[in-house]
Amino acid sequence: MTLLLGAVAYDQKVVAIWTGFRSWLRRRGLPVDYILYPHYELQIEDLVAGRIHVAWNSPLAWIRGQRLARTRGRTVYPLLMRDTDQDLTSVIVARAGSRLSTADLHGRTIAVGAADSPQATLIPLSYLRRISAAPGPDMKVLRHDVRLGLHGDHIGGEREAASAMLAGTADAACLLDATNLLLTRDGTFPPGAVRVLAQTPPYDHCNMTVVDTAPANLVDQFGELLLGMSYADPEARPLLDLEGLRAWRPGRDTGYRALRAAVDEEEFYDADGCITAAEYEP
Amino acid sequence: MNTVIDTVDLGGIGFGEGAHLLLRRALTRARPGGRVAVTGTHPALAADLMAWCRARGHPVEAGTARPGDPIRTLVTRGTSESYRWAGAERAGGAEPGQRVSAPSARWGLAARGALVERGGPPVTYQLIREEQVWADLAPRLYAQAAAAQWDPAAAVPWQAEFEVPDEIEVAVIQVMTFLIENEQAALVLPARFLTRIHPHFREVVQLLAVQAADEARHIEVFSRRAALSGRPLGTSSVGGRQSLFTLLSEPDFSLASFLLSVLGEGSFLSLLAFLDRHAPDPITRVVARLAHQDEARHVAFGVAHLEHQAKTDTSLLPRLRSAVERRHEALTGTSGLNEDVFDALVLLAAGSWDPAAIASGFAAVRELEEDMYSGRVRRLIRIGFPSDEAAEISALHTQNFM
Repeated sequence: MTLLLGAVAYDQKVVAIWTGFRSWLRRRGLPVDYILYPHYELQIEDLVAGRIHVAWNSPLAWIRGQRLARTRGRTVYPLLMRDTDQDLTSVIVARAGSRLSTADLHGRTIAVGAADSPQATLIPLSYLRRISAAPGPDMKVLRHDVRLGLHGDHIGGEREAASAMLAGTADAACLLDATNLLLTRDGTFPPGAVRVLAQTPPYDHCNMTVVDTAPANLVDQFGELLLGMSYADPEARPLLDLEGLRAWRPGRDTGYRALRAAVDEEEFYDADGCITAAEYEP
Repeated sequence: MNTVIDTVDLGGIGFGEGAHLLLRRALTRARPGGRVAVTGTHPALAADLMAWCRARGHPVEAGTARPGDPIRTLVTRGTSESYRWAGAERAGGAEPGQRVSAPSARWGLAARGALVERGGPPVTYQLIREEQVWADLAPRLYAQAAAAQWDPAAAVPWQAEFEVPDEIEVAVIQVMTFLIENEQAALVLPARFLTRIHPHFREVVQLLAVQAADEARHIEVFSRRAALSGRPLGTSSVGGRQSLFTLLSEPDFSLASFLLSVLGEGSFLSLLAFLDRHAPDPITRVVARLAHQDEARHVAFGVAHLEHQAKTDTSLLPRLRSAVERRHEALTGTSGLNEDVFDALVLLAAGSWDPAAIASGFAAVRELEEDMYSGRVRRLIRIGFPSDEAAEISALHTQNFM
């Protein structure tokens, strides 16, 4: 029996990443193969249906997976996550000279990433609705739907949102904190040109989701091997660098509350895990 | 309980202005698990600090600062940075005397003496042991070579006025044609080995690089001298090209450098001195002299390297001998030196078609060959051959000089 792992091909480097992990794991005795998916919706449907055993999931796919599994009498659980998946925040940024306040967004335009981006759309918009005394029924949201179905993994939507804010097409933009740092450091945001208006509380990002029909012994071995990957190991380090982590951590479900609320507010998925978001076709 | 061992004030600068340098410096001073108190007033600091630290595995104490407020927080130094360098090793030392005799293939292109992170692909150099390439003279020769680089445009009196009889000019062009062909082989050969030598033996690589560049300049000045009168170039014989081909096909660095530098370029020293002496014009004289100066260095390295290697490798001398014998056998049945070249040398030394002058020119070329032979014997003895064997080997060297 071979453990089948699903991963979404949001970038060319995904092939290098999972080919590398596959070899690393196989050298340590785990029969594993990976299957690449064009988007997260198909991957999570296949996981719950048992066509794959584990899925490297976006946080949004994790939430849908829980709902789909419940509907179909299955359970899913988060086996692992990266250290860098824990305690992320999103920021709402504006041009430094603007007098925008999150207290009053009436009539304002907020640039966001893709409709399915937890970090650049769903979580920060939900947060704004909560903290803003008068978000206003006419707060405009300017979406940047780059590669729908990738759940914001493609950074293009965030870059477009940032450009819209800089150009004045939007009053503010919602970004992952790390993207804001990236744009600051690569010079997209000139020094002193952008102001952070608000920062969300921390939330969690991707996790390695397992379905209860998966072969338990292989899943256990898989989890132990990944948790044992050390940044001190020169063979493992390039893979960890490529996937953007220093260490794997045991999975947890405590960091998805904000996203769950946002999914319900936006009616992105229904309680059964069906896609209900308007104009969302991965 | 971890104690705070350092504090860092980032002042008013943010992560777009270098704040991470200050933070990293403070974290480097802390031990893994140690904490650093961080303060700063840049308005984006709270968000940027979290993102930067998360990506590098340094936990940050949950902050309560609102965006724009000054921050005061604790960052714990994570372990991953120290993990990265845990198994790192020094690639020997920076000085030539601090080299190691068998550098790791995984050091790749790292500077000698650098702290090399473990991992990465092994680079497949073929020449990876000191005795295969090294000579203690290499650093000094490289320094000399770098200092002695001359500019072909400025070092040669291209504007000098002179008159050379037509047939003497044709002889000069024939000799230049021969020199260009040989120098092309002398350029390609060190260049080919450059990529096969472990960069740990830096001075050898540098020296060979300059050697190739020397030959490039020689080719340039010989070509310019040949073209001065506007006449076509001379001839290139099959025998000459066959001789050079056997040189280029030698895959072993020590054997190739023996055949090229010790025997070939060694013989060329005599030839270039001959041209300096019998040149009919100042330009020919200067280009021969400049090339001689460089070739002497090439010969010195070849001899020094083989001397160094022969001390530890007892199989070297027999291998050198059989390389010469193999080449001799491969060239049996070829015509040796291009007759046009031999005749051109005689005419240059004669200076005219007067029979007595021709006889004296012929004697001068015989003397040149004798000088080449005894020069080779001297160098062979220096490498470690007994004098009788040195004489035998010298006699087997190609008739094509190089």
